[in-house]
Formats: sequence, structure tokens, C-alpha cells
Amino acid sequence: MISLITIERLNKVFETNSQSVVGVDNVSLTINQGEIFGVVGYSGAGKSTLLRCMNILERPTSGKVYVDGTDLLALPPKELRTARQSIGMIFQGFHLAMSKTVEDNVAFALKAAGVSRRKRKERTLELLDLVGLSDKSDQYPAQLSGGQKQRVSIARSLANNPKVLLCDEATSALDPNTTKSILKLLKRINNELGLTIVLITHEMEVVKEICDRCAVMEEGRIIEQDKTYNLFASPENALTKKFIKSVMDFEIPNELYEQCSGTIVQMKFAGKKAEESIVSDLLKEFKIRGNILHGKIDYIQKKALGIFVMELEGESEEIRKALESLEQNLEEVEVLQNGRPVHRVDARTQ
Amino acid sequence: MVDQFIELMPELNKSFVETLIMVGIGLLVALIVGLPLGILLFVTDRNLFLENRWLKSILGVVVNLVRSVPFIILLVFLLPFTNFLLGTTTGPVSASVSLSVAAIPFYARIVESAARDIDRGVIEAAIACGASPWLIIKDIIFPEIKPGLISGLTITAISLIGYSAMAGAIGGGGIGDLAIRYGYYRYDNFVMFTTVILLVVMVQVIQYAGDFISKSVKKS
Repeated sequence: MISLITIERLNKVFETNSQSVVGVDNVSLTINQGEIFGVVGYSGAGKSTLLRCMNILERPTSGKVYVDGTDLLALPPKELRTARQSIGMIFQGFHLAMSKTVEDNVAFALKAAGVSRRKRKERTLELLDLVGLSDKSDQYPAQLSGGQKQRVSIARSLANNPKVLLCDEATSALDPNTTKSILKLLKRINNELGLTIVLITHEMEVVKEICDRCAVMEEGRIIEQDKTYNLFASPENALTKKFIKSVMDFEIPNELYEQCSGTIVQMKFAGKKAEESIVSDLLKEFKIRGNILHGKIDYIQKKALGIFVMELEGESEEIRKALESLEQNLEEVEVLQNGRPVHRVDARTQ
Repeated sequence: MVDQFIELMPELNKSFVETLIMVGIGLLVALIVGLPLGILLFVTDRNLFLENRWLKSILGVVVNLVRSVPFIILLVFLLPFTNFLLGTTTGPVSASVSLSVAAIPFYARIVESAARDIDRGVIEAAIACGASPWLIIKDIIFPEIKPGLISGLTITAISLIGYSAMAGAIGGGGIGDLAIRYGYYRYDNFVMFTTVILLVVMVQVIQYAGDFISKSVKKS
């Protein structure tokens, strides 16, 4: 893996009149060439500030930022501008010039790089074709939908063949369907152009959809980072768990708990185990009956991650043995009562 | 009444042209000097790409200083400067010196406030593209505020018409001066009403034209 962005001990403190607020607190981070890296966190966690330090839209208070081997903080203004041309950026609010046509908005980035008029025209049409907006080149941003605006801004950000694309909550202002299509486009660009993408978001869905690796931020610090699948399969930090829960968990109505006479277990299947026949083996091996109450298998980075809630009925001794066997086989097994785990066993700690 | 009007015509014509000269020169200077000044006031502001606290506050103080002097005082105060510049202190061109000096900061503030209305994110996106400050001013800020620049010019023109009435105090002439000399000093109501009606029509035409042009360059 070749690293494209390296951040070393980065700090950003905002000085206001009366107090200083820490935006980013001693963050070190490496982002590899060609990957899609996500940063999640609640608003105010400092993820946006961190992202904006990657092209020096925000100048860090201390620390180092290397993009493609260049120490951005050491560059004089003119060279920093040149460096920025190979770092594309898109925003939650699109930030298109309202007085320019779609074509001129994209061409602006080329103009900034000193591309000749004739080549600008050619390249702009190529870019609009890439994002699927060839027919809108003469329209003004006010005539476009949110998703279309974001496509224009993606075209603009790709104009100078950047090595990395920074996405600042790029899908947060879009509806779920449009979000999906924008993410698909980003994924395609990542595949076809080999473009490294760094995206920050508060939506775990987005991370699940396209990120190879992901970091979780809280109060300016990175509290956990891992491959997206690992993060979903075995989150360690409480906040990470909360984020995962927002997309992976499901609630079972209380009435159902009251009706159930057996033991209710929630099981998490990760990696290969999600594809094995653990449940049916279990029901064969022990004298119990199983009743699926809820279940879901998600595919993250093309790997399955399943969560099932089952009611197990039978003699208590058999159930105890069955649970033990489950605990040995699975990532996480929880016995639930009224929706809350009463006895939690984490297979990895045994 | 028709006789009176015919009698007044040459004087009215002359005054009208004088007003046009005064306001025209004032507007031109406002555009040439006030526009860049307004943009400079904007881009040197906090958190903007040419942030410069010293320049910003010096410019701000100077602009406020000129704006706080009543126009009639400014007119008299600038007489030596006008004399130095033109070798005379009377006539519409002389009066336009003071009008220009008053128009520059007036228009500069209008330009500045129009620029403040631009979504900061658009400027930020331009910076992220690696654009130079000059390109951002020329290619982003200027087109984005074009409707505001035109309606600001309308406001400035109308204010200058008002100011130009005082130009008579230094022998500058103009419609306003005519109204004061005949209508006010000589109690000639006919001249007074005629000139006032002419001023009203002028202002309406300018406002209408300004709105029309401003609207036609607006893209959203």
C-alpha cells in the first residue's frame, strides 16, 4: 500500500475573542493510494476541520500534512495553489457560482490551472459526460436539482485530474435515492480513475456503502479506525458501537418479548461464519426448537455480516449447552430480555 | 403658461446638461475607483483570502470619514483641491470633483455589502480549485455581484442627483440649482414645479432602467 496522504500530530485550535476551541486534537492518519477512506462523527467532532486541513483551507495550528509526498504547509502561496489543483473537493452545499452556467462552473477549475480556452471546452464536455450531465451544460445551477448540482461540483473537482477527492458531507443535503446515485458515481470514479477519496459524513449508511477504511472521530480525536468491515463486525469504542447500531440494529416490539416463552438470543455472524450453516447445525445437535424473530445480512465490502434474533425453546439444560456452543462459534451472542442484553458474551474475549 | 415655459427652455436645457455632466462624472469615478475599493474592503476582511487587518481598518476609517462629512461642507472643503486640479472652482465639472469624492465611498460600501452576500462557500470552492486571488475576484466575485453592482449604481446616481442640487452653492449649476435660484429665492412657483417635475421624471427613469438592467443580468 502506498500512502497518499499522511497527517502527523495535527492540531487545530480556533481562537475566538474570549476562548480557544480545539477543533482537531493531535490526529495522525495515513490514507492509502486508491482507497475510499471515511471519517465519521457527530457534528462538532472536528471531522470537517480535519478534512479542510488536507488542502489547507484551514491552516493547522501545528502538525504536518503531506499529500503525495509534498509537505503542504511548507509551500509558498503560489505553489500551494498548484498543489490544490491536484486535490479535488466537493461540499455539502455544492458551492457553485450561481452566475455561471454548468459548463463555466466546471471550466473555472481549468481556468485556475491555466488551461487554454480550446482545451477547457474539450475537457469540460468530457467531464460533464463522465458525471452524466452532457445535456445540461448551458443551464444555470438554479435550474438544477441537488443531485445534479453535486454532479457538477464533482465534475469541477475532477477537472485537473486530481490524485485525491475530499468530500465534505457531500451527500448530507441529498435525499436517500440521490445519495445512492452520487455514492455510485464516487465509487465508479474511484474504480475507473483510481482516485483516492476521503469522505466525511455523519451517516453510517454512506460508510457502509463505499468506504474501504473508516475512522471515528469524537472531540477532535480519532478514537477508532479500521477496515470498514471490521469496524462493523467488531466495534470496540462505545461511540463506534452507537454509530453501527444506527444502521445495523433492529428493534423488536415489546409485545413480542412478552409473548415469547423461550430464551431470546441475538447473534452476530461475521466473516466466513456468516456463510456457514451454524443455526441449522445447532438445531440438529441440541434438543431445542428455534424461531427466527428478526434477521438481516448486510454485505459490506462484499463480505457478509449477519445479525439474527432467535427464540430458543426447549429444556433449560439443552439451551445452556446450545448457547455455549454458539458462543464458541460466533463473534457476538447476546441473550435479550425486554430488548436488553442480560448476559453478554463476546466470543473473542474467551 | 406656455410662454413661461418657452422662456424657461434655454435655462432648463442648460441646467439639465449640467446635471447630467455632474452626475455622469461622479458615477464614472465611483465605478472606476469605488468598485475596486469596495472589493478591496471585502477581500481584506477577516477570514477572506486577502485578509489584511491594517489595510482593512485604514480603508474603513477613510471611507467613513468622507461619508460622515455633510456634502455641502465637503463641497467647500474641497475647493482648494478642485482649484489645484482644474484651475477653476466654478461650473459643473468643478462641482463634479466633490460629487466624485462623495460618490467613491458611497459606492464602495454598496459594493462591499453586495459582496458580503455571496455565499462564502463559493469563494472557498474557488480557493480549493487552486484559483489565484485575482481570478477569484474577476471570475467569481465580480459576476456574482453584477446585479448588485448595477442596482448600487442606480442608488448612487439618484443620491448624486440629490447632492448636485447643492452644487449651486459653488456655482456648479444644474437643475437643482435652477430650482433654488428661481423657485426659492425669487418665489417663482412655475420654475420650481417645472424643475421638480423634471427631477422626479429623471429619478424614475434612472430607477426603472437600473432595475431593468439589474434584473436582466441576474441568473438565478
